[in-house]
Amino acid sequence: MATALKFDKPEGDYQWIGTRPLRPDGVDKVTGRAKFGADMALPDMLVGKVLRSPHPHARIKKIDTSKAEALPGVKAVVTAVDFKELPHELSLAGEMPINYRDVGRNVMARDKALYEGHAVAAVAATSASIARKALKLIEVDYEVLPHVIEVMDAVKDGAPILHEDLITVGVEPAPTKASNVAKRVEFAIGDIDKGFAEADVVVERTFDTKPVHQAYIEPHACVASVSEDGQAELFVSTQGHFIVRAHCAKLLGMDIAKIRVTAAEIGGGFGGKTVVYLEPVALMLSKKACRPVKMQMSREEVFKATGPTSGAHMRIKIGATRDGRITAGEAELYYQAGAFPGGPIGPGAMCAFAPYDLENVKTVGFDIVTNRPKVAAYRAPGAPISEYAVESVVDEIAKTLEIDPVELRLKNAAKEGTRTAYGPKFGKVGLVQTLEAAKAHEHYNTPLGPNQGRGVASGFWFNIGGETSATININDDGTITLIQGTPDIGGSRASNAMMAAEAFGIDYDKVRPIVGDTSALGFTFLTGGSRATLANGVTTREAANNAITEMCKRAAKMWEIPEDAVKWENGHALPAGDNAGKFEPLSMAQIAKMAPKTGGPIAGHAHINVQGAGPSFGTHIVDVEVDKETGKVDILRYTVIQDAGRAVHPSYVEGQYQGGAVQGIGWALNEEYIYGEDGKLQNAGFLDYRIPVASDVPMIDTVIVECTNPSHPYGVRGVGETPIVPPMAAISNAIEQATGIRFTELPMSPPKVLKALDEANGG
Amino acid sequence: MAKIHVTTEINGDPVEFLCEPEQTLLDVLRDELYLTGSKEGCGSGDCGACSVTLDGRLVCSCLVLGAEAEGKRVETIEGMADGDRLHPLQQKFLEHAALQCGVCTPGFLVAAKALLEKNPDPSETEVRYWLAGNLCRCTGYDKIVRAVLDTASDMRGS
Repeated sequence: MATALKFDKPEGDYQWIGTRPLRPDGVDKVTGRAKFGADMALPDMLVGKVLRSPHPHARIKKIDTSKAEALPGVKAVVTAVDFKELPHELSLAGEMPINYRDVGRNVMARDKALYEGHAVAAVAATSASIARKALKLIEVDYEVLPHVIEVMDAVKDGAPILHEDLITVGVEPAPTKASNVAKRVEFAIGDIDKGFAEADVVVERTFDTKPVHQAYIEPHACVASVSEDGQAELFVSTQGHFIVRAHCAKLLGMDIAKIRVTAAEIGGGFGGKTVVYLEPVALMLSKKACRPVKMQMSREEVFKATGPTSGAHMRIKIGATRDGRITAGEAELYYQAGAFPGGPIGPGAMCAFAPYDLENVKTVGFDIVTNRPKVAAYRAPGAPISEYAVESVVDEIAKTLEIDPVELRLKNAAKEGTRTAYGPKFGKVGLVQTLEAAKAHEHYNTPLGPNQGRGVASGFWFNIGGETSATININDDGTITLIQGTPDIGGSRASNAMMAAEAFGIDYDKVRPIVGDTSALGFTFLTGGSRATLANGVTTREAANNAITEMCKRAAKMWEIPEDAVKWENGHALPAGDNAGKFEPLSMAQIAKMAPKTGGPIAGHAHINVQGAGPSFGTHIVDVEVDKETGKVDILRYTVIQDAGRAVHPSYVEGQYQGGAVQGIGWALNEEYIYGEDGKLQNAGFLDYRIPVASDVPMIDTVIVECTNPSHPYGVRGVGETPIVPPMAAISNAIEQATGIRFTELPMSPPKVLKALDEANGG
Repeated sequence: MAKIHVTTEINGDPVEFLCEPEQTLLDVLRDELYLTGSKEGCGSGDCGACSVTLDGRLVCSCLVLGAEAEGKRVETIEGMADGDRLHPLQQKFLEHAALQCGVCTPGFLVAAKALLEKNPDPSETEVRYWLAGNLCRCTGYDKIVRAVLDTASDMRGS
């Protein structure tokens, strides 16, 4: 069961924060009433479907859509010629920089198809079966080109080049020839040569990981409706409807104000629903057909055409003194970006050594294109990959020096004042508390059986703030409508309503939180970067303060006393100072009822670029048992310990810890994109791309450490991403203890484990 | 091709519909009858988001043809609550925070109800294996399994 450790006393006790009320959208979600992306239907709606390239790399010489257009029931056909080619420029959006020329070419292939599944055309028809028939009537003349799938093949001389104009950024002098290396990044402090010279032990290893998919259960889906006068409505499953609006306006050359995007309930995203695929296509089809168009992907399309995260090749070198002080860390990281530049190499390189207080660090990273789907953000994008490799080597150092792995981490742990390799110094952070909690945990001190091993690893993620708006409407009965702009992916309506109830001092069930559409609220960045609770906490508090100030003014008017002689307590306006006790407190209902006579409707708004995100650290403990006959690894026990800053709704914080850990278990043991020599994906379905099921995992214990974020009104840090960082190394370290074999490749699936066991036995 | 006329019972109500021969029961529920509580996560019977019962037997409605519902009893998530009274499983899922995004939840609830009707006192392992055909990517299953065990315990007590 979960336990909560409090290292900091809150400023005053909370009425709602830290409690576990039912979520406001809960009943809709247990009755089937909630409307997800594919659940919307409009009158006269068409069905849209996409034709995808069967080749991993091919020049598109000609597309003939005439036969498809002539098929009765087909109302529109689009190809890249319907979209204006956009200039090559970088804009910040989502958790990764966006190049709209590439986004446009990913949404609809222009001169080349760059991966199997790349969209080349789309149709809208009166039924799904007619749409499918129409796709078969589209004739595409391809010139098939040589392809490259593996990251280290893509950097070899003579490798097939995806983009003839791709010149590596970040290398001086700039190369004169195109390559598949889009970018080189470097982060360094101190002098690693000096650091390695001071070391008594140096361990250097190479690691390989495979692309893994976010594997949200709900495939991408949307309904677009463009009217004859060019006004567009879009209902879509997304992590950020304001971002979808921005991308679609850009790709279609439309005014932002003419696109109204409503966020559907979202059936999982994990970073994968921060970009656009179907949305601009659905809008273009609807525009051409002048009818609503619904599009949804099949699971195969999700695997083949939407972003997994990078696979990687990495070299890690760490040196330490005999007493366990790490003297230097070096990482060289090659991350796959997929078909277009922009993989998470930056954060991967920044996070690699972030859990450690080191004097000498150098990380170099490369962003490399291959003939695979363009990667999208996946939960702490980039960090789980590099930190897996570093945490494996740290474990090997601990074992070499015969120092307990938690002790070794404590000796080197990042803390307040630690300078990171990427620049800033940490403020208050909770890594040490998670390590102390791990050391003291009963799990860490329980004996193991035969063929069993225990592993530990820590993890780091930045967390972000960002542009966020909130509106609070005080209704005339004193209840509150709270409008947030971040889609609710896992309980944020609940945490947001709790923070509002806390701010006003009223009951949680008097607050009705909704996710507003893009025309109901100011711009709000997406749900991602673990920002939703953090950023909404800041804006909700500010909007509440504005509404409270206004209500105090109204109370002053009703009492005919000065405005500054009114204070707010527990949902009521009270006369203060000389007037204290002279009038009965006024409730929100009493003030709201009189609003028409005291100045009109009462609301509070906030539009803030939220700063002060709190970095997040976690430490995981896992016990495994290795079946020496089959190579299967069973997870026997798992404990997640993480600093939440403050857990607003502890059940949903635990849920993030548990869900992230189990995604990490899948990444460690099963999940991978498997390609044939032909460059085609062989496991584009849940049968062969096997994510963990209920019988694969035990209960996931959680410990919520609360090292509050001093920059947040409620101490929140953000919790969603860090839990996926430690599992791969923790499990690998546990397998090493159980078998004596250090695995350096993910996933550690039964055939690989069995092969390694046989080799170790001289078989 | 001519559509097929099907007479069936859904959540206790008599229902007639027309479907194309290749339309799945899931397509019919969602696209023809607007019962969108059953979800399509894979279309291949691997994720369980479309779980319904057919004459009391738990099935993936994406693997059943619409025409096969002829003369059968279909129960979906929409029929699980009794008026404004949630089924105990629905209530426990809320209390245990056993859902995050909620898209797999209808399938889990239908599957868990079928389990408890068959086995009112399942062990944790039995719950995990019964629900192994339902994928959840958000929760790590912990709170789902606890909610089902807790419901079973309550229902035995009452």
